[in-house]
Amino acid sequence: MSRILKLNIFRYNPKDLNSKPHIETFILNETESMTLFIALNRIRSEQDPSLQFDFCCRAGICGACAMIINGRPDLACRTKTKDLPDNITLLPLPIFKLIADLSVDTGSWFRQMYQKVESWIHTDMVFDSNAQEERMTNHLAEKIYEVDRCIECGCCVAGCGTAIMRENFLGAVSLNRLARFILDPRDKRTTNAYFDLVGTDEGIFGCMGLLACEDVCPKQIPLQDQLGKLRRKLALAAINNVLPKFLRG
Amino acid sequence: MEIFQTDLLCIGAGLAGERVAIEAAENGFSVICLSLVPARRSHSSAAQGGMQAALGNSFMSENDSPDIHFNDTVKGSDWGADQEVVRIFVNNAPIAIRQMAFLGVPWSRILSGKQTYYKGGKPFIIFEKKENEGLIHSRSFGGTAKWRTCYTSDGTGHSVLFALDNRVAQLGVEIHDKTEAIALIHDGKTCLGAVVRCLKTGELRVYLARAILIASGGFGRIYRASTNAVINDGGAHIAALNTGVVPLGNPEAIQFHPTGIVPTDILVTEGCRGDGGILLDVNKYRFMPDYEPDKAELASRDVVSRRMIEHIRNGFGVKSAYGDHLWLDIRCLGEHHIKTNLREVKDICENFLGIDPITQLIPVRPTQHYCMAGIRTNKDGAVYGLKGLFAAGEAACWDMHGFNRLGGNSLSETIVAGMVVGIKIVEFLRGADTIIKMSVVNDAYAKQKSRIKDIINCSNGHENTFAILEKVHDALTNGVGIFRNEKNLVESIESLKETLFLARHIGLKSNGSGANPELALALKIEGSVKLALCVAQSALMRTESRGSHTREDYPDRNDRDWLNRTLATWTKEYDDMPTLTYEIATPSFELLPGERGYGSGKIIPMKVIPTSKSLNTN
Repeated sequence: MSRILKLNIFRYNPKDLNSKPHIETFILNETESMTLFIALNRIRSEQDPSLQFDFCCRAGICGACAMIINGRPDLACRTKTKDLPDNITLLPLPIFKLIADLSVDTGSWFRQMYQKVESWIHTDMVFDSNAQEERMTNHLAEKIYEVDRCIECGCCVAGCGTAIMRENFLGAVSLNRLARFILDPRDKRTTNAYFDLVGTDEGIFGCMGLLACEDVCPKQIPLQDQLGKLRRKLALAAINNVLPKFLRG
Repeated sequence: MEIFQTDLLCIGAGLAGERVAIEAAENGFSVICLSLVPARRSHSSAAQGGMQAALGNSFMSENDSPDIHFNDTVKGSDWGADQEVVRIFVNNAPIAIRQMAFLGVPWSRILSGKQTYYKGGKPFIIFEKKENEGLIHSRSFGGTAKWRTCYTSDGTGHSVLFALDNRVAQLGVEIHDKTEAIALIHDGKTCLGAVVRCLKTGELRVYLARAILIASGGFGRIYRASTNAVINDGGAHIAALNTGVVPLGNPEAIQFHPTGIVPTDILVTEGCRGDGGILLDVNKYRFMPDYEPDKAELASRDVVSRRMIEHIRNGFGVKSAYGDHLWLDIRCLGEHHIKTNLREVKDICENFLGIDPITQLIPVRPTQHYCMAGIRTNKDGAVYGLKGLFAAGEAACWDMHGFNRLGGNSLSETIVAGMVVGIKIVEFLRGADTIIKMSVVNDAYAKQKSRIKDIINCSNGHENTFAILEKVHDALTNGVGIFRNEKNLVESIESLKETLFLARHIGLKSNGSGANPELALALKIEGSVKLALCVAQSALMRTESRGSHTREDYPDRNDRDWLNRTLATWTKEYDDMPTLTYEIATPSFELLPGERGYGSGKIIPMKVIPTSKSLNTN
């Protein structure tokens, strides 16, 4: 039998002077194979066309639709209502600036992150259009892709205890990004260069190891593994840097 | 009125838009990219399978060359493509792919020694040469003579977009995300910029630029069942059409991909079949070899989709609550292959169908996927009708795909066109000086301001925007799907004409404040109906079957009368129908029209056979 769902949704439109933050409840009959993508779009077209939320690919690939679903950050598009109780509470992601209702500004947050960790290949080489590509083992390509699969949905940041307490904490997504470049031989940065970017309490040494980032990552990226390796590498670099020159590795 | 000024304005920050932006920025020009979503969420990121480029690295792609890629692409297009553009594309594709490797894409690489590959569900063994170890690998895709599709697992679009956007960040290109261009600013001859609505605040802005690029992807979302992201609604096509002078090329050329999943219409990559997966019917019988003995599941997409519908119509579909479907079987590929090279497919099957493709069959059927149709440009990417306006990628009809695009050629097109058109835009910027007539800018801004006011205040009526979109979906589903005929097309057009009238009398239900989503949809709804009418009317007029355009009442490919390209313009704002004209398909022939080698169909030959490379005016 189809259930009647109660969706309790955070509402606030800062651009509307009459709007105050509150929870609004919508009633919806559940249909077969219903996802939150279907449910929210039905609410918008049938009940309240002003309801703001973000979807893009609706296939769990682009990362646009992360929100807090019954207390846990996840992608709404691939969340099936049948896996949820009939009372569903939806809140916007914390940390990111609220646009309205369930919509947040992840774009600005991530663009400043790219600058903070210099999220690009650093090289002095110039592309030669006549040359064959540089070789790489398939094993290494797979290892890079494993961490490059991040879709920047923001779940790991929203689920992070440190990020809630420390405004400028980079979050697992940023540290994982740097780990990706460390793996990549095309990136010519030295360990010290990486250290200068994230060897701080805002960076790798701020992580308390609560593991939520990995728990909530919808792509199951081994974030703690990456963060652990990065912490060890940069801690060793820190020790190395205080040693007298003749003792440095 | 907030005004932004820049040398180049890119409408769209997916692969094509960002590749052009990089070219301009590297040459010292200022660039702003507008994007409906944060750049990395652009629909390019969802492209799974790969990019075609004739690198010829692996055993299965030995002796591949741009010439063979050229032949595959032209045959795939059913000779609808501009052959000069195809030549530019195939020659540059290997360079573009290698440049992406240089920028950091972790392309899957060749392992040397004994390897097991699959074809048609069966394994075979080959030996990859030692000297090819570590070069970029490629997989098989439909309609190709060689294994030519370079890939990163099944996250190719994602990994290339991330690499490009990293470069964009490094170069300091400005990305204004959550913005939507709702109108182009022009004086009938030159494009000066765009009126843009901010989707964070709802405020209206003006962007002025010396060159404007439309790289906004396709408009598949005018169909109800589409693999496309919800942002692929044709907003920028509408802005172009509304200029009254910019034509759409071949609006009737719409691709249906064989393997959208049932329900939800999400795509699973052609790589599934390329890597050896097969299609089964209700009896778990592999039917494609009966229809296509040579290519089987790896004929071109238009052919496989038609054969699947044919097979369902013959009574061999699997019944479900969501209509009939067929099965995609990739079980033979094994756990390791699926977990490394088809992991997105596995994720999608688990998350949206609740099945495991390692042990279970995937329910699929043909679903709207791609627009060969697009804003018509010349081979430099310059849009017909307005100086200073360019287009690239799926948004454009450049036209290298003609009436059917090969899998792996669109992702490849984005970066090749991005490179080629980028260079042309740089040349244009070096030579161009635009005189901005502020009266034109003020008028364009005021017009959009008052349009928004009218919609919010319901000055023209109270028609419901969401209901109108449903009517567009209905009309296209009924008349302009995979199989088309005069009766259904005429019905669709009549219903769309009525819908156009309603769309001119919409009013909001909500108050329209801030980044109101109802207003965003309302601002495009009349344009959506116009787009749909362009597709339907062009399909009605083209009385032949070519590539993805299949007329049940005109089953032959008619090279005598229809080896041409439709150009659809919406001449006057209050017209009820587009104006259609035609131009020759290709200014010269490297490959004369002939059989494709799959999808048996009759061909009515040209009256005068053009000599190779000669100008054809037939």
